[in-house]
Amino acid sequence: MSLEEAFAEPVLVGFVMAGDPSPGESVEYAEALVDGGADVVELGIPFSDPVADGPTIQRAHERGLEAGVDTDSFFEIASEVRDRTGAPLVTLCYYNLVYRRGLDRFVDECEDAGVEGVVIPDLPVEESGPMIEVTRGSGVDVVFLAAPTTGDERMRRIGDAASGFLYLVARAGVTGARESLDAATAGLVERANRNVPGVPKAVGFGVSRGEHARRIVEAGADGVIAGSVFVDLVEEGDLAGVREKAGELRGGMDSARNES
Amino acid sequence: MRYFGDYGGRFAPEILMEALEELEWECSRVRGDDGFREELDEHLGEYAGRPTPLTYAPSTSERLGFDVYLKREDLVHGGAHKLNNTLGQGLLAREMGKDRIIAETGAGQHGTATAMAGAALDLETEVYMGAKDVERQAMNVFRMRLMGATVNPVEKGSRTLKDAISETLRDWSASVEDTHYVIGSVVGPSPYPAMVREFQSVIGREAREQVLEMEGRLPDAVVACCGGGSNAVGAFHEFVEDGNVDLVAVEAGGTGGVDYGSRVAHHSASLCEGRDGVLQGSKTKILDDRYGQVLESHSVAPGLDYSGVGPELAHLEETGRIEAASVGDGAALRGFRRLSREEGIIPALESSHALAYLEEMDPEEHDLVIVNLSGRGDKDVQTVYEMEGER
Ligand SMILES: Cc1ncc(COP(=O)(O)O)c(C=O)c1O
Repeated sequence: MSLEEAFAEPVLVGFVMAGDPSPGESVEYAEALVDGGADVVELGIPFSDPVADGPTIQRAHERGLEAGVDTDSFFEIASEVRDRTGAPLVTLCYYNLVYRRGLDRFVDECEDAGVEGVVIPDLPVEESGPMIEVTRGSGVDVVFLAAPTTGDERMRRIGDAASGFLYLVARAGVTGARESLDAATAGLVERANRNVPGVPKAVGFGVSRGEHARRIVEAGADGVIAGSVFVDLVEEGDLAGVREKAGELRGGMDSARNES
Repeated sequence: MRYFGDYGGRFAPEILMEALEELEWECSRVRGDDGFREELDEHLGEYAGRPTPLTYAPSTSERLGFDVYLKREDLVHGGAHKLNNTLGQGLLAREMGKDRIIAETGAGQHGTATAMAGAALDLETEVYMGAKDVERQAMNVFRMRLMGATVNPVEKGSRTLKDAISETLRDWSASVEDTHYVIGSVVGPSPYPAMVREFQSVIGREAREQVLEMEGRLPDAVVACCGGGSNAVGAFHEFVEDGNVDLVAVEAGGTGGVDYGSRVAHHSASLCEGRDGVLQGSKTKILDDRYGQVLESHSVAPGLDYSGVGPELAHLEETGRIEAASVGDGAALRGFRRLSREEGIIPALESSHALAYLEEMDPEEHDLVIVNLSGRGDKDVQTVYEMEGER
């Protein structure tokens, strides 16, 4: 299934870090995500200076680096995840890794490994020209983020550049599991739907319970992204927990009343 | 202007973009605001002790065979140039209606300067500092706390400046509405590099006037140490158009070499040794491995211990307007002792790099050189004592 096909129904995007805690185990965790009910796997490339991530995911970066994962081994891990799960794959990675690889080469390697989208948290739309250029006509989407602080005009500008899906940041702040979901989320989804009509919206940052996932879908989003909640379980070595959590979030999404 | 040639830009998380735009807007507004300028000048004069003297260094000059003047940023309140910037940004925070400021710090100098500005301008202040630096600079931590700042040791990564910057950005992501992030050098996403340069260029503005008055001519060279590059850009800026004035940024050569296996550079010379990359908000020269993982850097001077450098310096170096050099730990330590003995001025270990570079300068080519003495060495005497004893 491709990323675009997956978005025909509300999708659950589950995040794990490549190489956390080892290359082989990270593949198993990705499989557990999909077994439990995730439709899309977001696979991180560990980086030395992950400024946009909270403490949980930062520790995953450290573990991935510790396990020796670099851009070469990332693509091997990605291919394996793609082969074993058959799920569409996107990557989260910081711009310096892409820049050092060479944008062209990075995008080629994504295509070869079956990575259909790149989320680059330190590449805002105004700096994305070169990346948009090299991905044009390729099978690789550039996924942008929009936050509650992103104004309507800016959102439209992001919408013009976005492909794949729009990653809505549910709350001010960096990644980390939260107990409750900000009520502003619904407003954010509504604003995104109004300003960026053509692109699916997925909501992330702080999604940790089935209840959150249900409310996001009811708010009109096309997808739910969960990261820190899975990384916490990886940190505890809880493979079954990852599967169950994905199932819980999936269940929450499926129980959403479809208002449209 | 978000780029300096190919360098700079705004490679920041989406969540900060609105705040950066507001800051950019506020910067251009106060640029034309005489009231802001006057208030800042008042604080710089009455509180920070500006203008700082330009001091002739007679023994050094005699030994080297050319005239050496020291721009005395060590005499700024707090003992370093850092307060020029924090007072400016503190006032700007107030203009924006923000009552909390946060900062990262390496040596503790910028944190101390932020704590000062916070106390003087009545802003709640929180400082992030790498845990390794907290150990190295315990007295600076105490100083900050005395002035009412909260100091948070950062245990992540290499436990130094770059980790402190990351952690401060994280705080800011969650607090932008009431908080201003006071970056300590000419680094980070636009508009920080240009804004910090503007606040620091008072150094070169004064020095240029002073040297013209004292010597009736411009210097042949201006030399400054370079970590992130704020004292260097601050000292250089007013001279950039003076084509005959050589501008030299002296980086930390540390003990030299790189261990790629453990991702450690035994130096901090990003202008001399680094490559184009994107680090912490801007495209600049950085120290990284072949995959783009950023290397840990090293210097005996904690304020120079940083894997990147301000994008404007990368641009000025690329275009040949400034020269980048590096000086190792040993030479810097000798420079530290030499100035203390010859002139009765104990320099910061950071500034000692600039002083050590003087020894390499050709007296045939230079008659008159200004060194930016970015800070005083009181904070370093214990380090030097522990490393070398009394000698
Ligand atoms: C005395 C002194 N000089 C120089 C520096 C280096 O910073 P920059 O390169 O931004 O001037 C520091 C940093 O803390 C410092 O404390």
